[in-house]
Amino acid sequence: MIIEGFIALYIFMLAAFTGYEIISKVPVILHTPLMSGSNFVHGIVLVGTMVALGHAQTPLEQAIGFVAVILAAGNAVGGYVVTERMLEMFKTSKDDKKGDKA
Amino acid sequence: MSLIINLAYFAAAVLFIVGLKQMSSPTTARPGIIWAGVGMVIATLVTFVHPEISGGVNYTLIILGIAIGGALAWWSGKKVAMTDMPQMIALYNGMGGGAAAGIGAIYLLQATPETVTNTGLAIAVTGSLIGSVAFSGSLVAYAKLEGLMKKTFTFGGQQIVNIAIFAITVLLGFMMATSGGEIGSFSLLLFFVLALAFGVLMTLPIGGADMPVVISLYNALTGLAVGLKGIVLDNPALMIAGIVVGAAGTLLTQLMAKAMNRPIKNILFSQFGGSSGGAEEEIEGTMKEIQANDAGIMMAYAEKVIIVPGYGMAVAQAQHKIWEFTQLLQKRGVDVKFAIHPVAGRMPGHMNVLLAEAGVPYDIIFDLDEINEEFKTADVAMVIGANDVVNPVARTNPDSPIYGMPILNADQAQNVICVKRGKGAGFSGIENHLFYAENNQMLYGDGQKVAAELVASVKALG
Repeated sequence: MIIEGFIALYIFMLAAFTGYEIISKVPVILHTPLMSGSNFVHGIVLVGTMVALGHAQTPLEQAIGFVAVILAAGNAVGGYVVTERMLEMFKTSKDDKKGDKA
Repeated sequence: MSLIINLAYFAAAVLFIVGLKQMSSPTTARPGIIWAGVGMVIATLVTFVHPEISGGVNYTLIILGIAIGGALAWWSGKKVAMTDMPQMIALYNGMGGGAAAGIGAIYLLQATPETVTNTGLAIAVTGSLIGSVAFSGSLVAYAKLEGLMKKTFTFGGQQIVNIAIFAITVLLGFMMATSGGEIGSFSLLLFFVLALAFGVLMTLPIGGADMPVVISLYNALTGLAVGLKGIVLDNPALMIAGIVVGAAGTLLTQLMAKAMNRPIKNILFSQFGGSSGGAEEEIEGTMKEIQANDAGIMMAYAEKVIIVPGYGMAVAQAQHKIWEFTQLLQKRGVDVKFAIHPVAGRMPGHMNVLLAEAGVPYDIIFDLDEINEEFKTADVAMVIGANDVVNPVARTNPDSPIYGMPILNADQAQNVICVKRGKGAGFSGIENHLFYAENNQMLYGDGQKVAAELVASVKALG
């Protein structure tokens, strides 16, 4: 075990402050993409489901794990695709002159 | 081998934080999501050599699962219309919550007195509860916004039923967490069924207007659930990414609730729109009508025009025509700005996405704090598809249900034009006093048709 009791608590605390700090400076115009982006980031649960399915032993555990992997992959891939699509559209008046693909 | 895995997870955690940080500015947002994506790919690939994964069947299932889930999400994500983005985010978020609950279920099934501690069980149970609620709650939010479910669903004593279900679920969870690893399969099943039911029941009575806050809350909850699973699985990448999202999501939820002037507590535990919200003030004045042609000419000869778009504009798919109209005005030397209320779309920032899709550059789009003082100096304020967010009663009438909500001061412009599909009160059923104001004129018609007429009227001027 690499994360022992109190160390987990420290990581928890520091990560919480990091998350809070990152968002506090975000302009309103990016709130929707950012919600989507943070939604993508918790798609890391995919890694957890892979490990959980990886040591599943009974058919029931395998079934739950399989569904979990599908859901997690959907979270990660879907979150990425929609966030990227939204952010791709943001441009300034200056960019506008360079390439108007509309 | 373990060194490579740990390094990869560490790199992923760094990339996630850097990526989210970059997403906080429009100029670096796109590289931000790409960096986060790179982190995700690294973490996923390296997990294939994780020592805890064993058995050929399991490997096959993992690859198959990623292929199925990934392909479906890719396809749906590419296809979804920008107006439907909030429910799509809700759906993907729910999937993450479900995945976290699934990890918890496997952990609890495999628990034996030799392999687990009560602390580990408690964390697994908490994460499973939160993940399950986020899963079923997000699905209900998705169904509501997608129009698959009637807007609100209430019955007598609903609060009591909800509290009872929650209490039983927590009690079951507590029993499992203190069992030392001897968990009956019946109590485990009941625990998950009740947790899922609670998510559904909690979300059912919440109205569509409050849904963005709820989706954001579930996003934060999923993050928290993932973080807790990270502790259970001893996986720092999950922990850090999950908790960062949990904290960020909580703040985002607060910001949204504040913008809507609806405390989170009220959204979750009371029903909106049920009460009439006190006595209606007597409205003075009459509504005056204006034709699109006259409105177009008025704006063409103005010096400064502020456009206030609302979700109604996006529903009518008028944003492309409005942008065309804006460009015509700009060519005539009119200073055109867009004023966005925090809840102009279906969630904060949604309207910006919709305008960006139409090609409107973000440097002429301003949010409430930036532009509210400027309405005084504007010749024309055009409100299209918005209603409550420009209703002056929010400033003047303490009895109004929207009293205290920050609004855009469109009524302070020289002239106001409100584009509206028909007469009558808006989404929330509250009469808009702006429509009766001296300096206001109503322009009736479908948003897209009106916008096309505005374009034609300016073009006719040559």
